[in-house]
Amino acid sequence: MFSYHFDWAIITSGQYFEWILSGVKVTLQLSVVSVALSFILGLLIAVMRMSNVKPILWFSHAYLEFFRNTPLLVQIFFWYFGSYKILPMVVNDWLNTMNFEFAAAVIALTIYTSAFIAEDIRSGVRSIPKEQMEAARSSGFSYLRSMYYIILPQAVRLTIPPLINQFLNLIKNSSLAMTIGVAELTYQARQVESYTFKGFEAFTAATLVYLGLSLIITWLVTLYSKYILNPMGVR
Amino acid sequence: METGLDFSVVWTNITHFMIGRYPSGPIGGVLLTLYLAVISLIFSFFGGLILGLLCVANSRYIRYPTLAVVNAVRGIPLLMVIFWMYFLLPFVMGKIVPESWTIITALSLFTSAYMSQIVQAGIEGIPRGQTEAALSTGLRPWHVMVFVVLPQALRNMIPSFVNQFVSMIKDTSLAFIVGVSELTHVATQVNNRTMIYPTEIFLFIALIYFIICFAFTSLSRWLEQRLAWRKAI
Repeated sequence: MFSYHFDWAIITSGQYFEWILSGVKVTLQLSVVSVALSFILGLLIAVMRMSNVKPILWFSHAYLEFFRNTPLLVQIFFWYFGSYKILPMVVNDWLNTMNFEFAAAVIALTIYTSAFIAEDIRSGVRSIPKEQMEAARSSGFSYLRSMYYIILPQAVRLTIPPLINQFLNLIKNSSLAMTIGVAELTYQARQVESYTFKGFEAFTAATLVYLGLSLIITWLVTLYSKYILNPMGVR
Repeated sequence: METGLDFSVVWTNITHFMIGRYPSGPIGGVLLTLYLAVISLIFSFFGGLILGLLCVANSRYIRYPTLAVVNAVRGIPLLMVIFWMYFLLPFVMGKIVPESWTIITALSLFTSAYMSQIVQAGIEGIPRGQTEAALSTGLRPWHVMVFVVLPQALRNMIPSFVNQFVSMIKDTSLAFIVGVSELTHVATQVNNRTMIYPTEIFLFIALIYFIICFAFTSLSRWLEQRLAWRKAI
């Protein structure tokens, strides 16, 4: 029935191998830049979400709900096609000086992921007994300082496994950047497929890379929980 | 450059966004998005149930291969699953498969893997004593699962299922990539035709997705509270 001729050689060496390799590089760049930025943004939103000032609370609530309940693809399209009308001229000019596809993908991925990271951090913070905050406040720390010096260091430590999982999600989500022409892994696999008609080989290579990355990351989470978070094996 | 936003483009194309070319042609827009999500949800419910049950099977020859498949699917992006289906389905079926079925298959497979984790957690969340009690009254292991454990587990899983449905609605936007005319695809079409209103169009569809997904997210939260309340008494 199948008259498909497998040719793994095209994908393991030569030009098409280079393409896939460059795709892996772009995927990793995109994910690392976005996860770093979205961690900062997520931390900010999480702190805002726990504030007592009503407008800040409403803003962070709206932010979380909106970006968690819209598809990432639509957000990518919005930033890529539609953001020029709402961004100031200066920002547009600045974005145009660099690789705009990449920048739009980073913005979309960062904002999308930050909403999830903020929720992870918030649940980490909520697992810290509230007496700690009370104790910090009563020894004279301001709200922000007690957050910064006492609550967040403990919460972030607990939040690291879910954060690493968000990084894994980010790697997978970065595949959507191909729709606006960022030459990451999925894009390159597609490219190899259209040049050689060897879709099976190209997608196998990309799938294996994604699987490998997710295995490594899952393994890191296990190691972290086993040796750092809970070195004594206490349950 | 004109900076004001002009949403009239949305209103002139509103039926296109909502139902596609339905009365005279195929359905599209929001209607197709919901159709894809509901059909895939039904498939992935049963897929997830079967995979989840296999994941908690006693025999390791059943459990390990299932876990391997589930984790493999969870380890790759949905886009990759869609491309695989796009390639493999015509091979396997031996004929051309409509794009909407490519998407439904990919979404069902992908979400089944996630659903199986929910099912697994739900089953493991039922106290072990229940199984033991049921076994000691003489029920067969298979009957214990179907009549004792699953009815309770499934009820606890409802909020997670609703959350998964929200993800599913968001994921249907990827059907754009193989040219199924759901909401995102319609939006890019309208954008290509009108050229100068991308901001308005994508804000509008983001809002539509938000309204649908937020409704279900709220439903899931409400259900969660209700279930917690029922457990408390």
